[in-house]
Amino acid sequence: MMPEPRFTADLSGLPDHAFGHRALTWWGVMAFMAIEGVGFAMAFAAYFFLMNHQDQWPPDPVQPPGLLAGILFTLVMLASEIPNTMLKKAAEKEVIGPVRVGLVVMTLIGLVLFVIRAFEFGSLNVGWTDNPYGSVLWMLLVLHTAHVLTDWVDTATLTALMFTRHGESSRRFGDVSENSLYWRFVWLTWLPIYLLIYWIPRWVP
Amino acid sequence: MSGERTDRTELRDGAGLTGEILHQHLARTWSRKPGLIGWLSTVDHKEIGRRYMVTAMIFFALAGILGLVIRAQLARPDSGLITADRYNQIFTMHGTTMMFLFAVPVMEAMAIYLVPLMLGTRNISFPRLNAFSYYVYLAGGTMVWVAFLLNVGPDAGWFTYVPLAGPEFSPGKRVDFWAQMVTFTEVAALAVAVELVATILKQRAPGMSLARMPLFVWGVLVTALMIIFSMPSIALTSAMLMSDRLVGTQFFNPVEGGDPLLWQHLFWFFGHPEVYIIFIPALGFVSQITETFCRRPVFAYPAMVLSLVSIGLLAFGLWVHHMFATGLPRVGYSFYTAASMAVAIPSGIQIFCWIATIWLGRPRFRTPLLYVVAFVITFVIGGLSGVMVASVPLDLQFHDSYFVVAHFHYVLIGGAVFPLLGAFTYWFPKITGRMMSDTVGKWTLGLLFAGFNIAFFPMHMLGIMGMPRRVYTYPAGMGWDTLNMISTVGAFIVAAAVLLFVANAFASLRWGEAAGADPWEGSSLEWATSSPPPAYNFAHIPVVSSRTPLWDEGDGLPVATGLKVKHRENLLTTVLDAIPDLREPSPDPSIWSFVAAVSTTALFIGSIFTPWALVWLSIPTTAALIAWFWPKPGGALEQEAR
Repeated sequence: MMPEPRFTADLSGLPDHAFGHRALTWWGVMAFMAIEGVGFAMAFAAYFFLMNHQDQWPPDPVQPPGLLAGILFTLVMLASEIPNTMLKKAAEKEVIGPVRVGLVVMTLIGLVLFVIRAFEFGSLNVGWTDNPYGSVLWMLLVLHTAHVLTDWVDTATLTALMFTRHGESSRRFGDVSENSLYWRFVWLTWLPIYLLIYWIPRWVP
Repeated sequence: MSGERTDRTELRDGAGLTGEILHQHLARTWSRKPGLIGWLSTVDHKEIGRRYMVTAMIFFALAGILGLVIRAQLARPDSGLITADRYNQIFTMHGTTMMFLFAVPVMEAMAIYLVPLMLGTRNISFPRLNAFSYYVYLAGGTMVWVAFLLNVGPDAGWFTYVPLAGPEFSPGKRVDFWAQMVTFTEVAALAVAVELVATILKQRAPGMSLARMPLFVWGVLVTALMIIFSMPSIALTSAMLMSDRLVGTQFFNPVEGGDPLLWQHLFWFFGHPEVYIIFIPALGFVSQITETFCRRPVFAYPAMVLSLVSIGLLAFGLWVHHMFATGLPRVGYSFYTAASMAVAIPSGIQIFCWIATIWLGRPRFRTPLLYVVAFVITFVIGGLSGVMVASVPLDLQFHDSYFVVAHFHYVLIGGAVFPLLGAFTYWFPKITGRMMSDTVGKWTLGLLFAGFNIAFFPMHMLGIMGMPRRVYTYPAGMGWDTLNMISTVGAFIVAAAVLLFVANAFASLRWGEAAGADPWEGSSLEWATSSPPPAYNFAHIPVVSSRTPLWDEGDGLPVATGLKVKHRENLLTTVLDAIPDLREPSPDPSIWSFVAAVSTTALFIGSIFTPWALVWLSIPTTAALIAWFWPKPGGALEQEAR
């Protein structure tokens, strides 16, 4: 039989919610970002490995991708950090009104990004079956689109949730805050991909 | 609003609520519903851990049978027992099953079961994700075995090199089943790694600073981080292989400027750390067992921790030693040789620390400690042949020969399976409440150790004599006949030992001596709760003030109180010092992780046949994930999402 317990500490006064690294969810999100970050890093390595084995990048007669859609996408992505930061701050202050507005705005921005992304695919100037250059460009763009899509589904679900009675709870505000954190990961990883798709093929002879 | 922090009406454990009444409350809160739906909805880390263990051991047995078939075929020259085509599938499935479906999952299974108990917490973090990972793993393993039984088993070797595995030389779906099995197992392993990292960093008992963690937990932390940093590479490259095969990308096609060596780099960037992912938890088993049976703390704890961490780091710097035969720049040869040899240093430090522990302690040579001895001997031999193949000229000679087969079986069976069987014997009473027979255990170990060496030592010589690996037969008169026959005899002795182990486990389950909470007089927290532990693990959260709390606290472990008893609640502590910080709800059972796993399975298998499966089947998968995430009505408890 177990010996009698010796009571030495009382935990009942501890808070039951916190934002950031004190919460378990934050660690989960960080770990998943690490996983996906490594995935991207390996994809970049594959890009340079394949580039290193080609005489020309892009191989003749392929033209580098058209610039307009990519520039537009990048600008909207960067600008989205303004409402994203406002949303994150509102969530951490636990004020439901601005959180609802912020989530709706971020969901709509996601939709705009999908439209621009469709034009990006159209302006790659290469098919994925043409050569490894085409394959790796498509892979990078598809991988990144998968992240935009995942975050959009998450954001849309949270938007719906925050309009229900479940919304006004500290844990749900925590989820909104982590979702904003993840969006930062999505646009930050876009920046190197943008260079690899649009500019490296222009800079490399 | 943030809080029930002022809510004093909620029932909590404490001096006024302890003993049998507390047990009844906690048991009601933490148990699951009976019946099939309840069984599929469980989020108890012990239940999921047990399922992982049993499933992994079934795959171990299946892969072992394939090993016996290989040995039966190779026992005599010019044997016609199985055809070349079937042989290719068999050795591929043997390696694939052992690596992806047995070794990594079984180590994670042990961690899923033991880590929360060793940390003094009530459940693993993200327990629904944990359940999801199990079903995904089970589905992936089942898929590839069904394919094998239908004669569409993978046949390009467990590392599936292109161009052999590419669309030109491997038409059909065999390789695709392999690639998708990788996707299943990587999703599962990555999910478990995330849970373990979060659990270890945030759910340790008050006072269990990082410097007081049991060495097994350190090993699991290093392993989980290695999984996070290595497995995305194989997930990416197997997706590239599938897209080359399914939609005509050109990553690995040299005709269009692609490069087969890209596969080898991306594969081994995962594949080498994979070996340490299997081996580092085993080092943790060895440390726990040595400590308990020598009745003193492991010698030089800081050196042990630093060795584990440095093995983990070095593992990422030597993948190219698998590619010496592909031709490298001279500096590449030197660098990767040096890195490969450097691993011997932290490995050696650990070996010496265990020997010092045994020397300084009062060892009781029960079965688990004998497994440690067998491990040390075998692993040192495997380590020495490893230093040999780290040298480029020797590697070029031994590459693709039976010498390499001997080397990695010494490292993996000696380095991982021996400690694993020791760990099973050691923690069997905790998991089942009964002891395994020590006498039968010692016979098993003796038979296993003898059989193993008879089976695998001759392979060193066969390799030096030039016998290539992965040949389905060989002509008479090469001088290989006797050694091959000896090796086959050894393999069947190993099989007998494994059968004896299983028989001992089953008999002990039924007739074994009742264990009690702490049959071995262990030092770590898992021994502070009953055997098997209740659904809630600990009635009160233990408080720790040393590395070996059960040895140092004398008659009663100090405990902390004040967690809710009518709702599932976990204590979170700070990362470095484990100071109590938060009380967070722990998720209730949910069927949605099972549903999401079924849908994910359909998606993965469907995408072997058409890329459109990715599009259409992502809809039900997303729906299941949203249902999983969505808070359930009625409960005062907010549902945790993941």
